[in-house]
Amino acid sequence: MLDDFLVRAALAGLAVALAAGPLGAFVVWRRMAYFGEATAHAAILGVALALGFEISVFAGTLATALVMALAVTQLSGRGMAMDTALGVLAHAALAFGLVAVSFLHGVRVDLSAYLFGDILAVGRDELAVIWLGALAVVGLVLWRWNALLTATVSEELAKASGLDPARERLVLTVALALVVAVALQVVGALLIVALLIVPAAAARPLARSPEGMALVTVAIGALSALGGLWGSLEFDTPAGPSIVVAASMLFAASLALPRRA
Amino acid sequence: MPCLPGQRSMSQVLIATRGLGVRYGAVNALEKVDFEIEPGEIVTVVGPNGSGKSSLVRALLGVVRPAAGQVIRRPGLRVGYVPQKLAVDERMPLTVKRFLSLPERRGASEIAQMLMRVGVAGLERRQLTALSGGQFQRVLLARALLADPHLLILDEATQGLDQPGTAAFYELIEQVRRETGAAILMVSHDLHVVMSASDRVICLNGHVCCQGQPHVVTAAPEYRALFGLGTHGTMALYQHRHDHAHDRCNHERRDEPAKEPADAG
Repeated sequence: MLDDFLVRAALAGLAVALAAGPLGAFVVWRRMAYFGEATAHAAILGVALALGFEISVFAGTLATALVMALAVTQLSGRGMAMDTALGVLAHAALAFGLVAVSFLHGVRVDLSAYLFGDILAVGRDELAVIWLGALAVVGLVLWRWNALLTATVSEELAKASGLDPARERLVLTVALALVVAVALQVVGALLIVALLIVPAAAARPLARSPEGMALVTVAIGALSALGGLWGSLEFDTPAGPSIVVAASMLFAASLALPRRA
Repeated sequence: MPCLPGQRSMSQVLIATRGLGVRYGAVNALEKVDFEIEPGEIVTVVGPNGSGKSSLVRALLGVVRPAAGQVIRRPGLRVGYVPQKLAVDERMPLTVKRFLSLPERRGASEIAQMLMRVGVAGLERRQLTALSGGQFQRVLLARALLADPHLLILDEATQGLDQPGTAAFYELIEQVRRETGAAILMVSHDLHVVMSASDRVICLNGHVCCQGQPHVVTAAPEYRALFGLGTHGTMALYQHRHDHAHDRCNHERRDEPAKEPADAG
């Protein structure tokens, strides 16, 4: 069954939907979209470094995404004007990555695979890495779920309850870096954040609780992944962008729903 | 320290600060604050906007790190905190029941009883964003009380409540103190309602201007310099026995002549 490239692609898409669901809900609640962009764009620099030093692309992107996410968390702790700082970092990381890739002589790099994903080329080993990474993200977020929610509602309330909001921020930072590394081959660096926020935003009118919203987000993400793959085959369109198109259409449909009180 | 009602034994004290300073960048929010609170005490912190009231609370909670001095907590201290306001994001669906189970799970009957106790029974399934101001404050109080706190911290907790609502809220707080023996630290500018219920009032303006029993503090020149004549007669609600206990507040502003408010008794 895993011999079929389409089955592997579908399973890879479902893994990313599973990991991006609960994390995407936090990205929406905590307004971390730009934070996600900076982390995701850093992955391109990671690709260049991985190819240059001949290490695995997954390890390279995970490392650079983690460094970027930690750097951004540090900055936000110092009360910088975050919007501008993140805008600078997000685009600087992308530009540095693109320039760094061009320095790689001798390696023919299909850059668009990293920018927009190459889900139809996912092999067995890569599929295993994607699922392990996705399960690690889900495990991490579930483990800290109540603490993360409390810190998201109010850092003061979390502190009064004996929690450490800084540690919860770190948990989200690590989870985000993992999702970036996992999703790079599926939707590409430019569209990872779309997969985090679009299904979560679409899920909001359907949910009455944070848990409900996370579950519906996973479902919408899974639907988007499968729908996008189908569309990509049917209309011969690129798979990664097609997945995001499917998610965006589901979001548009969700706007017609009344918000549940 | 001026006006401190005697030195207490440290074992009794729930939380204390010694020489506490809080700084935001170049701005000094608090300087040299010595503060302590014992079980069962009701202490009110008053001060104008920007006087460092919220900074004191944030330092006590551990949200901001002291730039100077230290915060000493009794080991195992449980704190219940009712914030000034809580902006729950529209995009996070959250029912009252779920909110009360953050971060620790609470049973349905425990939640129902607590909601009844604070006067908003049956709101479990309501979204937080659909509550009125008064309901919201009571839900916040319910969450704080579910932790069975030794110390309850209320930061401008009656903001947005009308006068009967405020009075009822404070009645509830006194009742909580009677029933649980918790110490209560209130930060407020609702001077006349709050202070009558307090054992001790601390007047803050970047540092501790003066402190003591309510009638002592309202008579203190430091207090009048801060809140002075702008209170339009609310001062008359207090007994103003001019016992000059405030003279022990040897403070840099002491040599300023205190103007007697025309409406003071």
